Amino acid sequence: MDAADLIEPFARMLDTIAAPAAVRAVEHGGSADAMWAEVAASGFLDALVGEDAGGAGLPLAVANALWQELGRRAVPLPVGETMIARALLAAAGRPIPDGPVALAVAGPDRRTVVPFGRVAHHVLVESEGRLHLVAVASGDPEATGVTGDLSAVMRWDALPDADASAAPETGLRAVAAVLRAALIAGAADRLVEMTAAYANERIQFGKPIGRQQALQQTMAVMAEDAVAARIASQLGCAGAFPPALAAAATAKSVASKAAARIAASAHAVHGAIGISEEYDLQLFTRRLHAWRLADGSESYWNRRLGRLRMGSEAGSVDFTRAELFSA
Amino acid sequence: MPPEDEAIRPAIRALVAEAVAALPDDRRARSWAGFDAAFSRRLGEAGFLGLTLPKRYGGHERGPFARFVVVEELLSAGAPVAAHWIADRQSAPLILNFGTEEQRQYYIPRICRGELFFCIGMSEPGSGSDLASVRTRAARTETGWRVNGQKIWTTNAMHSDYMIALLRTSGSSEDRHAGLSQLIIDLKAPGVTVRPIVDLAGDAHFAEVFFEDVDLPAEALIGHEGEGWKQVTAELAFERSGPERIYSSVVLLDAWIRHLRGAGRDDTATLDLVGDFTARLGVLRAMSIACTARLAAGESPVVEASLVKDLGTSFEQELPVAIGADLAAWPDEAVDAELYRTLLYVTHLAPSFSLRGGTREILRGIVARGMGLR
Ligand SMILES: Cc1cc2nc3c(=O)[nH]c(=O)nc-3n(C[C@H](O)[C@H](O)[C@H](O)COP(=O)(O)OP(=O)(O)OC[C@H]3O[C@@H](n4cnc5c(N)ncnc54)[C@H](O)[C@@H]3O)c2cc1C
Repeated sequence: MDAADLIEPFARMLDTIAAPAAVRAVEHGGSADAMWAEVAASGFLDALVGEDAGGAGLPLAVANALWQELGRRAVPLPVGETMIARALLAAAGRPIPDGPVALAVAGPDRRTVVPFGRVAHHVLVESEGRLHLVAVASGDPEATGVTGDLSAVMRWDALPDADASAAPETGLRAVAAVLRAALIAGAADRLVEMTAAYANERIQFGKPIGRQQALQQTMAVMAEDAVAARIASQLGCAGAFPPALAAAATAKSVASKAAARIAASAHAVHGAIGISEEYDLQLFTRRLHAWRLADGSESYWNRRLGRLRMGSEAGSVDFTRAELFSA
Repeated sequence: MPPEDEAIRPAIRALVAEAVAALPDDRRARSWAGFDAAFSRRLGEAGFLGLTLPKRYGGHERGPFARFVVVEELLSAGAPVAAHWIADRQSAPLILNFGTEEQRQYYIPRICRGELFFCIGMSEPGSGSDLASVRTRAARTETGWRVNGQKIWTTNAMHSDYMIALLRTSGSSEDRHAGLSQLIIDLKAPGVTVRPIVDLAGDAHFAEVFFEDVDLPAEALIGHEGEGWKQVTAELAFERSGPERIYSSVVLLDAWIRHLRGAGRDDTATLDLVGDFTARLGVLRAMSIACTARLAAGESPVVEASLVKDLGTSFEQELPVAIGADLAAWPDEAVDAELYRTLLYVTHLAPSFSLRGGTREILRGIVARGMGLR
């Protein structure tokens, strides 16, 4: 089947369940059960689960396209995370729980911000190389106190090793990073669209502000950044699941760096209206910032990629060819 | 910095320390949006408001440097300054410059006591950067003026006693600058409706203000009919030239540096960043002091103020981006929830730094014209 034949119905489903009003309702503490039920019924949660385990066995590249659709609509549920968790659990031959699953990398006695921790039922936690599936309550979740934030601050003092399995070789953080990059790419694309449309509508000094060269330059750079984020996220997902370290690092580094710039430009062009809660822009710019910070910023991934690069005597072109283009 | 002005620092610092003692960093980071009428009255009682204004109106005749010291102390500690901010910074000087003797005596002493709060009614839904296109109209009546129309993004309108509004008193919005006047509007007058606007951080610090046949006395006019544009330009120079345009993220900067010290981090990347911000803050402060010197000499440093505001707001906006990159570069460090909240608050509000008081593009236009371009 053609990838587009899968993505289109997924996008259509998201349009019906995750309109901006529905996103806000969940952010304000409303129940996400009905929205989740639709996602679960769609069958897409098992996109990455192997066919032998009853899943769709889709390549990571197709999951990337699905994840971008989530970002494009600011979907307030860990749909991508749950796809990842189900694939990892199935691959380890472990039972798969119903309901949304968040992802976390934890250490003993350490508080950590878990994206979607407020709306997940379970968390797949990596600790010291092992993956543990635990109920959200076990992490003592607390709201971050950031308005509209669906993540939660959690900590685990002890995780039962009884039914843990081995973490992916490159770590759960690398898997989560390619998801974040795809979400950033989707939201960035949406922001470019919204910003260009607004610039064509908003009249100041007798003409649309989009006719001002200064803003055209800003928006051109914004579009460039959004394309770079998309390509980066696709590179991160070009190989097999789970992704290789260099691929994940490349995706998250470029997407995270672009995220902050894109959010700034979108707001600059919109002026004061972009700051208001009522206007949809903030649903996307707040997510760009949250996803940039989650699972390692550009600085974190640059450090890891830099270390990998320094460990190789190959030329830079050959290094990138081997690490990113050999899939 | 003149020593006699520097000398007031310990007193204001003590007052501020008391006011912010119980406030977490994410509340302090709200400084400008922090409304605390009692604190503003305490500042007034202690003689820290109306520093530049004549004694005969309750001011202190201390000049812009004294005000610089006070503002610097207030903002760097994140004190809740919203209540008196606009009245002290721009409404009182405007009334002093353009008002009648009655208006001065009526408003300024209470502003200096921190008892009277003002807001600025410039922007409208269709008039942001293109301020001269305002449509809200004040028509002459037998006894004064009748106002109809709408303002938007009016900071603190819901807590203010008065708005100084830029209104059209003759002609149409095509006439641009001619036909604009400034009026002092009593926000308790019948026909005024204030609807707070919630921002992306969940706060309501600005509002929409609707006017429906609001009758005002003739004395509501401030300055001269038809000279509103000239007056507003002078007012914006006050708005743009203070130290407030470099300190919006400083509470976050200090919280982050405390975190770095606690975490024992002194790698080169961290030191590079801390050093870069420290150097730039120093230079921005020097530039802001230079602007203050021009104000003290009785000038209106429009171009210099725009230049400092552009550089200053860029600095204020880069801080949360770089601090976020740094904190999330160490995901295995335990997260400090208060610092995280402060970071995200400043991150979300940062775009407003280069919008309020004139956008980056508009300020750069002013700087370019000052260079003789166009
Ligand atoms: C926190 C906050 C507080 C505020 N408080 C007040 C207040 O108390 N009172 C008040 O009156 N207003 C207030 N404002 C409004 C503020 O003055 C306006 O936001 C500002 O003037 C810009 O107008 P706008 O938002 O309508 O954007 P627009 O003017 O629509 O601008 C949108 C974009 O177009 C650009 N643009 C417009 N014209 C040009 C041009 N000629 N060349 C190049 N680029 C251009 C702008 O730079 C911007 O990037 C506040 C705003 C904020 C964010």
